[in-house]
Amino acid sequence: MKYGYYPGCSLERNAAAYNVSTMAIAEPLGIEFNEIDDWNCCGATEYTSIDLLAAYALIARNLALAEQLPDNGKLVAPCSACFLNLTKVAHQLEEEETLADKVNLALAEGKLHYTPGSIQVYHLLEVIFNDVGLDNLAKKVVKPLKGLRIAPYYGCMIVRPGYQRTFDNPEHPTSLDSIMNALGAFVVDFPMKANCCGGHMTQISQPVALEMLRRLLKNAADYRADIIVTLCPMCQLNLDAYQENVNAYFKTDYHIPTLYFTQLIGIAMGIPAEQLGIGKELVDARPALAKIGIEVPSEESVPEKKKHPKESLPMPTMSKED
Amino acid sequence: MSSTHNTSPRAPTFMDEVINHTPGDNRLANCIQCGTCGGSCPSGADMEHTPRALFQMIKGGFREMVLRSNTPWYCVSCYYCTSRCPQNIHITDVMYTLKRMALKEGYYRESSASEAPAFSSTFIDYVENYGRSFELGLATRYLLRYNPMGMVQMAGMGMGMLRRGRMDLIPTRIKGINQLKAILGKAKTLGGEV
Repeated sequence: MKYGYYPGCSLERNAAAYNVSTMAIAEPLGIEFNEIDDWNCCGATEYTSIDLLAAYALIARNLALAEQLPDNGKLVAPCSACFLNLTKVAHQLEEEETLADKVNLALAEGKLHYTPGSIQVYHLLEVIFNDVGLDNLAKKVVKPLKGLRIAPYYGCMIVRPGYQRTFDNPEHPTSLDSIMNALGAFVVDFPMKANCCGGHMTQISQPVALEMLRRLLKNAADYRADIIVTLCPMCQLNLDAYQENVNAYFKTDYHIPTLYFTQLIGIAMGIPAEQLGIGKELVDARPALAKIGIEVPSEESVPEKKKHPKESLPMPTMSKED
Repeated sequence: MSSTHNTSPRAPTFMDEVINHTPGDNRLANCIQCGTCGGSCPSGADMEHTPRALFQMIKGGFREMVLRSNTPWYCVSCYYCTSRCPQNIHITDVMYTLKRMALKEGYYRESSASEAPAFSSTFIDYVENYGRSFELGLATRYLLRYNPMGMVQMAGMGMGMLRRGRMDLIPTRIKGINQLKAILGKAKTLGGEV
């Protein structure tokens, strides 16, 4: 299975763990990626707010470059925001000739051209779920994630609004649930699974953003999830890096690690954790992984908590039976 | 747009303008005021007007009030409203149009979310000059200017990101930056709008 590959800016750095784990599982799953040479940023949710045509031309440069790849017009984006932007512009250029003409006028300044309809954009989740398939995935599992409670988090842009096609239910998606089941994990109910993480809202209004994150964390905690699994760098960044801010703001005490679904697939396939970017998360995933016997060498030495010596205080002892 | 919304020989209304500046068959004129959008919105409670109310205000021609509202800036692009709208209105895209109009006409300055566009433009500045986004530069430039106290709050997290190699200290520039600049420059001369 060959695809064009658009990593997007996040996967270069802040979500490098997503990129390395994707690459680590690709070959064993029979996936071949051909990265677009010299791709540019998709503009996230920012450029369309400022200049529509420039925003669409920015995205179309990537589509035009992808068109030159020998991958039958199949382009994969692991980041949900990139996926949405690419699929939206590919769809709207196909739908509207005048828009496509204007975008191509701009592209011509860079000696590029995009033929509307020539690229279909896929999210990585779609590729694993539909093209690899659950049966093939299950065959590769050597270390089942038995005993690990997973909250499957889809966020928004992967399931809505489905510009080029609808691949999972926009209200109650289940593809990621099925993948986690195939890995042997226990998938908890997670009613907020397709709710928004707030995207860039942390920069616009922190109270609004933190409340959106609090709801997600509370939901995952209510169902006693060990790990939130995600498929978008923005969702991961918000849930992981802002979890401390949520705790400080709401006086809560959440410690729920957020990992990419590709990292958990890799673990189940027996790939060493350090080759999957585990340890890059700010909310430590090691205690949760230790539950199922996965040891992760620490990247930085964390000072061990001082243990009280047993003889320090005379405490009443409890009988062993529960 | 391809099918310009203007049914009678009259000056375009505010509603026509919003529709014409939104790509695709956006169907804004078909709103039945059911309120599914506002009820679905994760940040709706913090908006000055729910999308439903805003659409009726657009219909009524309340230009300034609409373009001053924090509503479009509080939209998080989650597409719940778009996916649930019984009339298939492209609500998220309409919100983007309102942001562009508020910027162009300067009304955003009077909005309670008046700093939101600066985040977008700082982000875009890096993209236009490097071809890639640059988180550290974005955070420092935007926070220093608009929220210096936020800088202090964010410092701990920033250090955590740096320590784990999750943040670049310098931006990456694509090889074809001049090509990209030519493309974007041309797009802007085409009016910026569809």
